[in-house]
Amino acid sequence: MIEIKNITKTFSQGNENTFQALQGVSFAINDGEFVAIMGPSGSGKSTLMHILGALDSPTLGSYFLDGKDVSKLTDDELADIRKNKIGFVFQSFNLLSRSTVLRNVMLPLVYAGIDRDERKLRAEKALISAGLEETHFKHLSNQLSGGQIQRVAIARALVNNPTLILADEPTGNLDTKTGEIVLGTFQKLNKELGRTIILITHERDVAEHAERIITIRDGLIVEDSKIHERRIITSIQENKTIQTHP
Amino acid sequence: MTIFDIFEETYIALKSNKIRTGLTMLGIVIGISSVIAMTAIGQGAQASIASSIQSIGSNLVLVTPGAQRGQGFQVSSGRGTARTLTQGDADAIIKEVTLAKAVSPEISGRYQVTSKGKNTNTSIIGTNSSYLGVRNVEISEGSFITDQNLKSLSKVAVIGPTARDDLFGQGANVVGETIKIKNIVFKIIGVTKAKGGTGFGSQDDMIFIPLTTAQRFLAGDAYVTTISVQANNPESMTEIQDQIKVLLLDRHNISDPTQADFSTLNQADIVATASSVTGIFTVLLSAVAGISLVVGGIGIMNMMLTTVTERTREIGLRKAIGAKRKDINLQFLIEAVVLTFIGGVVGVVFGWAISFAVNYFGIIQTSVSLSSIFLAFGVSTGIGIIFGYYPARRASRLHPIEALRYE
Repeated sequence: MIEIKNITKTFSQGNENTFQALQGVSFAINDGEFVAIMGPSGSGKSTLMHILGALDSPTLGSYFLDGKDVSKLTDDELADIRKNKIGFVFQSFNLLSRSTVLRNVMLPLVYAGIDRDERKLRAEKALISAGLEETHFKHLSNQLSGGQIQRVAIARALVNNPTLILADEPTGNLDTKTGEIVLGTFQKLNKELGRTIILITHERDVAEHAERIITIRDGLIVEDSKIHERRIITSIQENKTIQTHP
Repeated sequence: MTIFDIFEETYIALKSNKIRTGLTMLGIVIGISSVIAMTAIGQGAQASIASSIQSIGSNLVLVTPGAQRGQGFQVSSGRGTARTLTQGDADAIIKEVTLAKAVSPEISGRYQVTSKGKNTNTSIIGTNSSYLGVRNVEISEGSFITDQNLKSLSKVAVIGPTARDDLFGQGANVVGETIKIKNIVFKIIGVTKAKGGTGFGSQDDMIFIPLTTAQRFLAGDAYVTTISVQANNPESMTEIQDQIKVLLLDRHNISDPTQADFSTLNQADIVATASSVTGIFTVLLSAVAGISLVVGGIGIMNMMLTTVTERTREIGLRKAIGAKRKDINLQFLIEAVVLTFIGGVVGVVFGWAISFAVNYFGIIQTSVSLSSIFLAFGVSTGIGIIFGYYPARRASRLHPIEALRYE
């Protein structure tokens, strides 16, 4: 359960020259929802993502994650929140190129202090949930395709059983077809495993894969709508065509 | 994150950039190995100088003619030429300096020595039987000069192995043979054992004859060139030195000690002076080597700063998935320390090899001390901590958002 109330974020650029990226944003997201936050660049969606991801604190307002106010925490306390409650998927993947797929997925568990045997089991489970074939587990990221890399990143976001998965333009570096497959993976995680997912994007096509779209512009919410007509997912397999019916 | 995890990360990180890791490590390797080698060479030089001083005898006070003015010892250009020490002085020392264990006056000079067509120019030492004990001389064949020889002015000689080789050929059996010194025939009664060492003029290229014989037939007077006084123990040396000064000043009717016409030289002082000189050299050499170690450390810092910049996004990601400041700090610090520690290990092996080579080729007798090895490990680890601290701190303070955005 995520609840933000009247969040503002002000950046000061030198003296007296301030910029308000968020001007009072409030919403609540229930467990198991798949929400897209959509807006053009400069709308404040990245700032919102940073606050939701506990990477940054709001200037004013409160943010409750699992009933705990996380809007006024120290850096190390925020690190704990990220470690236990949030999984990130980035546009640029951010895998460690020197490490194998499995090690990349195990990394959050290393920081969480999970013992070695369990790390491996959980990482393998997460990779299978994210739809990556087992033959790739020992590969380095440069041996994988873009879609496979992003699924490794999804597995990494999933592996510590977070309350919330935050995906920041996850299809931005992928072609349309691969992007569809990755979005299908998110839908599957949401439907089948009940994961709460927030998808940040500037594209309506991408946002429409979610069940609810929060549109943001100039630091304010301009629209918050649920999509009732659900598209039919025939398959999320890479080798099959995915048909979507908006 | 356990220590084992950190070491695993470090291993992967260092392995992924082998050339850079190797080159940076080389700086530490050179620094540590030169420190090890230089201290080994310095300590070796110190030991070899000390042993060559010890080889002239132990606990010696040397009395030589010639003025000793001002501080320190005079350059010995005048030594031996001034004729101020007499047989009587030596006898007085034997009688009155009761702390002395043995006293050996000697008269030395270089003379042409011939034997059956061969000839050489060598040192002739006229001395008494105490010389053997005072100057640590050992006899390998025959016997040394006796008091009886002195009384009867015997024309007998004890020859050093080098002088023997020059006159009779390598390893010849010479006891009973005769040599001519200044055209006077001497019978060889003994050969001294080879001492080696070249520090203070070879002790092996000498011929010993009775003091009285030397005075009568070679020098023609009763002066002596050196009186060696041996103390029972190192502690009494200074007292013996003082007693000799007082005695000889009195005998020579000199009231002002600065006007003394003889000098006394305490062996402990020579050793102390020599070892302080070599000590300074050791420090100097190590300091130069230490500078290269600091340069190596700066190389480490340089590499770590580059690494932190290169891996900014990685640091951002690690922070995003829950790494705290101390996790990042420790990871980069350990990376630097592992780098310098491995460099230290290789450096110790290298330094040891260098000093072994110096030893092997007989340049100088070196000794690698255990303490310098432990010091090297300590110093290399310390350098890792000092020069890794700033880059690690910088990495740990990166803001996750900015780090993730870094291109």
